[in-house]
Amino acid sequence: MIELYILLIFMIIGAIVAIEVKDLLSSVVAVGAVGLGLSIAFLILKAPDVAITQLVVEILCLIILIRATLKKDLPFSTSGRWFFNSLITAGFLTIFLFMAAEALQQLPKFGQPIMRVASTYLQQGLSETGAANLVSSVILDFRAYDTLGEATVLFTAVIGVLTLVRRIGRKKIGEKVKAEDE
Amino acid sequence: MIYLLCLVLFSLGVYCVLRKRNIIKIIVGIIIIEYAVNLFFILVAYREKGRAPILSSQTPILNMVDPLPQALVLTAIVIGLATTALLAAIAMRIYEKYGTFDITKIRELRG
Repeated sequence: MIELYILLIFMIIGAIVAIEVKDLLSSVVAVGAVGLGLSIAFLILKAPDVAITQLVVEILCLIILIRATLKKDLPFSTSGRWFFNSLITAGFLTIFLFMAAEALQQLPKFGQPIMRVASTYLQQGLSETGAANLVSSVILDFRAYDTLGEATVLFTAVIGVLTLVRRIGRKKIGEKVKAEDE
Repeated sequence: MIYLLCLVLFSLGVYCVLRKRNIIKIIVGIIIIEYAVNLFFILVAYREKGRAPILSSQTPILNMVDPLPQALVLTAIVIGLATTALLAAIAMRIYEKYGTFDITKIRELRG
C-alpha cells in the first residue's frame, strides 16, 4: 500500500500549491493535478468505474474553471484582521483534527470493511438484476431512486447555470435602468 | 493512518474556504473538500487484497471490495461537477457586475 501513501502525499502537496500560489490559473491547474491523482488512487483502491468517472469529470471541471479565470487575474491582498482570522482558523482546525482522529479509532480497520448490506448485493446481484458489474446493478436497480434524485439535482443545476450565463433578456433591463437614470 | 492523511486533505480545503478572499480560491477549496470526502468513502470500502466488484464466469465470488460506497460516490462525483459549474457561473456573473473576485470589496460595493 506504499503507492497509496505516495499518491496521497502528492495530492496534499498539490492542494497546498493550489491554495497558496498567487496566480489563479496555476491554482486551477494544481487542482487538476490533485483530481487526476485522485483518479489513480481510485484505480489502486479497486474502483474502476469511479476512476473513469473521476477522470472525465475532472477534465470538464478544469475546462469550466479555466473559462472562469481566463484573463481575470487580480493581485491578492491579505490586509484586514490577518492575525485574528489566522488564529481562529488554526484553532478550529486543530480542534477538528484532534476530535476526528479520536473518532477514527472507532472505525473498522483499513482493509476490513463490515459489508453487512453489501454481502446481499454480492451474492444475489447476478441472479436478481443480471448485471455482471455490481456497481451498476446497485446504481440502476437496488438504489435506482437515489439515481433518480441525482438526475433531478443535475437538471436543476444545469437550469441554474443556463439562467446565469444566458445573455438574452438581460441587456434590455440594464438599458432600461440606464435610461431611467438619465 | 491513511484516514488521517485523507483528513489532512479535508482540513486543507476547510482552511482555504475560511481564510481566502478570492472567490475562485474558495471554489478551489470546496473542490478539495469534495475530493477528500469521496476518497474517504472509497477508503472505507476497500478490502485487503480485494477484487473489483465485477463478476466473471470463471472465478467464483470470494473477496470483493464493497460496491455500495462506490455506487454512492459515483453519483456524488457527478453532482459535484454540476455544483462546481453553478459556482463558477455565479462567480463569472459577480465578476461581470462588480469587476472583482475579492469578497470584501464586493461587500463594500453592495449594489
